[in-house]
Amino acid sequence: MSCDGKLSLGAVSRILFLAATIAIIWLGAGGGAFATIDVKAGFIRLPPTQETVSILDTPAQDDGIAGARLAVEDNNTTGKFLGLSYSVEDVRLQAGDDPIQVLNSFVEHKVPFVVADVPASTLLTLSAAAKEKEILLFNIGAPEDSLREEDCRANVFHVAPSYSMLADGLAQYLAWKQWKRWLLIKGSHPQDELYADALRHSAKKFGLKIVDERIYQDTGGGRRSDSGSVQTQRLIPPLTQNAPTYDVLIAADESNVFAGYLPYGTWDPRPVAGSAGLEPLSWDGSHEQWGAAQLQNRFIKLASRRMNARDNNAWVAMRIIGEATSRTNSIDPKTIKDYLAGPDFAIAAFKGQKETFRHWNQQLRQPILLGDGRMIVSVSPQEGFLHQTTELDTLGLDEPETRCTLQ
Amino acid sequence: MMGLGEWARAARACSACVFFMILPPINSLAYAFSAYISNEKGNSISIIDTDRMEVTKTVQVGHRPRGLALSKDGDELYICAGDDDLIQIFDTKKLAITGTLPSGPDPELLILSPDGKLLYLSNENDNMVTAIDVTTRKVITEIPVGVEPEGMGLSPDGKILVNTSETTNMAHLIDTQTHKIIANILVDARPRAAQYTPDGAELWVSSEVGGTVSVIDTAGAKVKQKIAFAVPGLSKEAIQPVGLRFTKDGKTAFVALGPANRVAVIDTATKKIQKYLLVGQRVWQLAFTPDGKYLYATNGVSNDVSVIDTANLKVVKSIPVGSFPWGVAISGQ
Repeated sequence: MSCDGKLSLGAVSRILFLAATIAIIWLGAGGGAFATIDVKAGFIRLPPTQETVSILDTPAQDDGIAGARLAVEDNNTTGKFLGLSYSVEDVRLQAGDDPIQVLNSFVEHKVPFVVADVPASTLLTLSAAAKEKEILLFNIGAPEDSLREEDCRANVFHVAPSYSMLADGLAQYLAWKQWKRWLLIKGSHPQDELYADALRHSAKKFGLKIVDERIYQDTGGGRRSDSGSVQTQRLIPPLTQNAPTYDVLIAADESNVFAGYLPYGTWDPRPVAGSAGLEPLSWDGSHEQWGAAQLQNRFIKLASRRMNARDNNAWVAMRIIGEATSRTNSIDPKTIKDYLAGPDFAIAAFKGQKETFRHWNQQLRQPILLGDGRMIVSVSPQEGFLHQTTELDTLGLDEPETRCTLQ
Repeated sequence: MMGLGEWARAARACSACVFFMILPPINSLAYAFSAYISNEKGNSISIIDTDRMEVTKTVQVGHRPRGLALSKDGDELYICAGDDDLIQIFDTKKLAITGTLPSGPDPELLILSPDGKLLYLSNENDNMVTAIDVTTRKVITEIPVGVEPEGMGLSPDGKILVNTSETTNMAHLIDTQTHKIIANILVDARPRAAQYTPDGAELWVSSEVGGTVSVIDTAGAKVKQKIAFAVPGLSKEAIQPVGLRFTKDGKTAFVALGPANRVAVIDTATKKIQKYLLVGQRVWQLAFTPDGKYLYATNGVSNDVSVIDTANLKVVKSIPVGSFPWGVAISGQ
């Protein structure tokens, strides 16, 4: 491994060979009571290069992969009783790297499961390359609804919640709070529009009103400067001035450009939600209910930092691989795919109830946490939002409205 | 004049002495059972007089008290103080903490060996089951198990210790002589309680997230049946079986269903659910009074304890206790 953390393909091959060797040694040490099945997983990541508004959000070098490593430890604790040995290989892509080459290397080394923390376009490239091959992909980084709808793929399981699930989780809580009038402010990047669109859809779904929409133009430049808060203090109030009466300011800033400046800066004294303030999240370092404290403790021990949503998505993906392989005693992608999409699969992921896959688009059903960065304020689905199948399906696009045809 | 309740207490205190039932003593020696409730967030133990069905005292203990076990003579209550990484010894007469036992990290649940000499406990943070000699207060052994060890049970003959691991989703069967694992049985997601039927033929394991109770045939060490629950008007995700107890005769099982706010009553032989009893919010652990007449159920979210009349299958009382009640143990004195 070179010092920038990038793993060359040659290194991947060497490590995979090493993993196989270790598995054989391990089998020998186990006394040969039963044959060990080696369960290999690949991890492809293309970390975002953008700066964050808050320095506290700067991603660690092992962002995401650390969660997968913890799940491998957890899986192996179970696996040692069943003759299953788990490992994960981390491949960190640099801009310009060919993800297909990485995928082919995994195929060559008979790695049946690949956890992908990559943008939507890269995920589709990987999915197309994996077609007709013995490989299943687990999406932990791309929240685009299109991946679960018109661009859904049979060889992709989505562990990360979609924009519509996140937006619905937030909207249900704001509906419960009776904060029904929203002022929506979105960034100028395409990704911001995707999130804004999900928020608009949620507002409509739950009878809330967007009274006005504004755009924050990203004019470039760095987030860090020594001049402090002087400029932003003057910039944010006029941006939110002369708005129709509203209850809450909703920000769609997927590019991490401006939302962090909004709280306490608005013209009218109003709470902020969305990309800042009260954020809908799949996980947060402050979450401790339903036994989550145990998972948080294990993670801190391993990574010397707190577990974020990306780490947790990776942990859940690897645990799903662990659960499915230990229940079916198989590493055959077809067997695993059928099991995951079938009625018998459920994963315990420390959010208060079992999580299962929506069979029509292979999205993991899950509660959405609402956090302000220090506390979990609430968890959706909110009480009273009912559904004929499961209340978790009040979050995100539902079966009757899906545009997904898996193939 | 003695009231009926006092008569009952006097009779129970000295059931062998029929004499007293005819001629009550002038100074009644009667005392009720004591139910001890651990309040997870209150960092306290609520002590309930089971005849009066009310809290007589609340004692501050260590941080995050959960699992409870009583010594054979009932003089000592062992409290898992998870966030303090130790077991506290609570003197039930002095009503004070009198010592500690080493436990390893984050003890959650414990069980006393039938001879009263050993305490077996699960270390949730450390993937271990620890055995402690109660007399010497020393750790005898640590047994590696699955991720997040939780429930502890013992076969009626004391030969097999069973531990459940929440994230590994197994029941680990451990030989109490050799302290070696003899079987690992996969059950549904997030297993919690493990209880043998009084005849030892079956081992029942509740799965909180899976929403089922697995019935394991102890002879073959295999799951032979899974009991599922359905409460009209409740989503299946809300049904989360946790606490599990059999009546002394083994004929009936009671299962606490967590956020379903119900205790299920199951016929042990047919595995059929006879009734769902509405209790408080997020019902967790269960314990019988020693006479088997009442079942106490801790309700974590509503901060109370439901008392179930086991003969009539009715909830007869809700007793307010401390913050987030979790465990319950009831002594015969």
